[in-house]
Amino acid sequence: MKGLGAPIEAPRWVTHALVPLINLALALFVSGLLILALGEDPFEAISILAHGAFGYPEAIGYTLYYTTNFIFTGLAVAMAFHCYLFNIGGEGQAYLGGLGAGLVALAIGDWPAPIVLIAGILAAALFGGIWGFIPGWLQAKRGSHIVITTIMFNFIAAILMTYLMVDIFIEPGQQAAESRKFESGAFLPRVHDILAAIGINAGHSNLNLSFVLALICSVLFWFFVWRTRWGYEIRTIGQNESAGVYGGILPSRTIMVAMCISGGLAGLVGVNEILGVHHRLLLEFTAGFGFAGIAVALMGRNHPIGIFFAALLFGALYQGGNDLAFDMPSIKREMVVVIQGLVILFSGALENMFRPRIEALFTRRARSEPVAAE
Amino acid sequence: MTASEDGRGASLSSGAAPPALELIGIEKWFGTVHANSNVSVRIAPGTIHGIIGENGAGKSTLMSIVYGYYQADNGEILVNGQSTNIKGPQHAIASGIGMVHQHFMLVDTFTVLENIVLGVESGRMLAPSLAAARGELERLERDYNLEVDPDAIVGELPVGVQQRVEILKALYRGADILILDEPTGVLTPQEVDHLFRILAALREQGKTIILITHKLREIMALTDDVTVMRGGEVVAQVKTTETSREKLAALMVGRTVLLRVEKGEAHPGTALLEVEDLSVNDRSGLPRVKNVSFSVRSGEIVGIAGVAGNGQSELLEALAGILQPQSGHIRIKGEEISGTTARGARNVRAAGVGHVPEDRQRMGLITSFEANESGILGYHRDRKYNSAILMKHAAAVADVGRQMKEYDVRPPLPRLRTGAFSGGNQQKIVLGREMDRDPDVLLVGQPTRGVDIGAIEFIHRRLIAMRDSGKAVLLVSVELDEIMSLSDRILVMFNGEIVGEVVGSDADEQALGLMMAGERQAQPQAAEGREIS
Repeated sequence: MKGLGAPIEAPRWVTHALVPLINLALALFVSGLLILALGEDPFEAISILAHGAFGYPEAIGYTLYYTTNFIFTGLAVAMAFHCYLFNIGGEGQAYLGGLGAGLVALAIGDWPAPIVLIAGILAAALFGGIWGFIPGWLQAKRGSHIVITTIMFNFIAAILMTYLMVDIFIEPGQQAAESRKFESGAFLPRVHDILAAIGINAGHSNLNLSFVLALICSVLFWFFVWRTRWGYEIRTIGQNESAGVYGGILPSRTIMVAMCISGGLAGLVGVNEILGVHHRLLLEFTAGFGFAGIAVALMGRNHPIGIFFAALLFGALYQGGNDLAFDMPSIKREMVVVIQGLVILFSGALENMFRPRIEALFTRRARSEPVAAE
Repeated sequence: MTASEDGRGASLSSGAAPPALELIGIEKWFGTVHANSNVSVRIAPGTIHGIIGENGAGKSTLMSIVYGYYQADNGEILVNGQSTNIKGPQHAIASGIGMVHQHFMLVDTFTVLENIVLGVESGRMLAPSLAAARGELERLERDYNLEVDPDAIVGELPVGVQQRVEILKALYRGADILILDEPTGVLTPQEVDHLFRILAALREQGKTIILITHKLREIMALTDDVTVMRGGEVVAQVKTTETSREKLAALMVGRTVLLRVEKGEAHPGTALLEVEDLSVNDRSGLPRVKNVSFSVRSGEIVGIAGVAGNGQSELLEALAGILQPQSGHIRIKGEEISGTTARGARNVRAAGVGHVPEDRQRMGLITSFEANESGILGYHRDRKYNSAILMKHAAAVADVGRQMKEYDVRPPLPRLRTGAFSGGNQQKIVLGREMDRDPDVLLVGQPTRGVDIGAIEFIHRRLIAMRDSGKAVLLVSVELDEIMSLSDRILVMFNGEIVGEVVGSDADEQALGLMMAGERQAQPQAAEGREIS
């Protein structure tokens, strides 16, 4: 028996590195054509983009600051996806997470900083978690489809926040729907301040300790999903619900747990934005990070390492795109969104267009020898 | 050995007529798997030609190439002596090749006539096509004794009749060569007889029939010639009259195989599994098990025979705690377990029940997981695999690795993806997991479905060993042979009820077959002659 029962899969580096890189290159190629059509030099545009993302200390700081948000929402989508749930509600969960963090900062902002910050982080995860749990509960107990309910919960979150900001938390005498600024104890330290304290002069940026939190969450994510019985149960239900029931796992409870954790991860975006940057409650700080998390998770193949690199790419596009729009007037901010969209299109939606062929190339190589020998 | 060397060509071809189908040097690779290696087969016109082999022997791949699903990497196909390049199923049909699939390709809500016309309608309007088809169909039915009502809704027909619709479909499209892929898996013995009569009639009319199967008795009963495949190669092509079941089995497996299970006398003790007045609905709320009562004692194997879909699956799932019974009692070692609501399967396992589910891929395993992860399913909360928070991954790998060696899983690599193992090896992973815990009661569904002959022997020996060590084994299988050779007592299920009970050693296939078709026990009736050994 010639290798019957042996795996016939492409090498891991092909699936996990080569295919995403080819997809990315194709997205950049099509973007280049568009830039060419606008009458600009695509190579110059790319180099401005790269310089804007990594070329100087402030740029790196901002890139990593955006990366932080993408890691949180990417992990959130991935967690739900391991249970075969499509959580489109990252946006609303992040919004509510910010509300949780902000409420803590407003209520106990004058307490010792470590207590405020830890309480703020927990509140962000809790609020986001609840906002994920409710659709999870509806799915598990009522059969309401998670895609529909999470989308609706984005709208509910937006309306709730508008109401709270306009009618309750607005600073008296102000026009903008923003709360008062927090006490400084509720500020999550920025990285350049920390580096300055130990004598390193880094560029000023929004990058704060949330980035470290995101890295910690990535590591915990891996252990949780692949090395705990709860992660095992989530993956089992996600891959084969019948087998889960056969194995004595309750699908409804597993779905609720997965959605709760997923929402909690998305909620941590609120820590980065509210405690790390804005230092006040305000509207629309989620800015589409929740939705981008779907693309990040897809491109990162629901694995924290992949998600880190995908988030870094999106962070770089986001930050570098700002510089590009500034330096090349004919390329508007919208054009940068188009480039992001192309990356999502090629690495997400069209992923399966090229992957089988590229993988086949590498599995065929293994068999070409015996065929030639005939 | 290649088929073209052994000189049987002369003995097969009847005179000057070219073979209906001739395959020369067919090669097919899937990645690194050599699915067909230099396969040459000659099929004489007007004969029934059997192709047998274990799973993975390459027979389905070969027929998929003939029917155009796959393209051969190398080799030639001759239809009636003409070299033909079959690019797809449409092309195969145009060349006069028809196929009856294992899983029927029918639209349940359409009538027989509509199904037959589907895809070959002429013109824009349906009515003329249907009228033309009706006339043709009546002729076909008359010629071949097919007995199908053209206006019946397909979904309401018994499986055996649906299969005849598939055959009619192929004939209506002008098939002269008919390929049947494992056609008897879902049929009662009586339906099998009817199918065989139809196939014999088709042969009389000059049609050529290729029968893919792993059941040796069918080969012996029906075919003129037989091709044996193993490991992607043709290992023999012989006249059926010049061979025997034992010889064919040895050719398929590559060594001598025991077709009968050696087992001693059963020594039943106390009842370990008791079922009383149990009724179970399926997931859509239809009653599937109706007031069933029986018990399984220690040291015996009780087999449940029946045509698939008569409530055996639901019974097994209810006993395993997966389906919640509507009413009745289930007792394990005297302890009631049917009242438990949530976490059914977990409680049942904790009570000392092992369960080998009927469908390992749908239920018993997670094919995308590593084998060590599939190998602890249901026991993943056990203390030996867990610390306070993290799982003891190394313990699971070591434990499953040991089970894989004990149960002869090949290759015994616990880190390999579950789906990368062949069907028989996947089944041995499940068996290892469920039997390794030494359960007092073992529920087994279709233990050898899709499993190689060599592995079947192994699995049967393990089940007998369980019995001999004083366990209660409940066996559900649609393979009557398996039920008859393993069981100490046989219960027959029909339409959710137990319609008969027979002592294993007294079992008679005809009587069981009639009960499986719904006839109550104790009316032994002379069925029409079956020339099956």
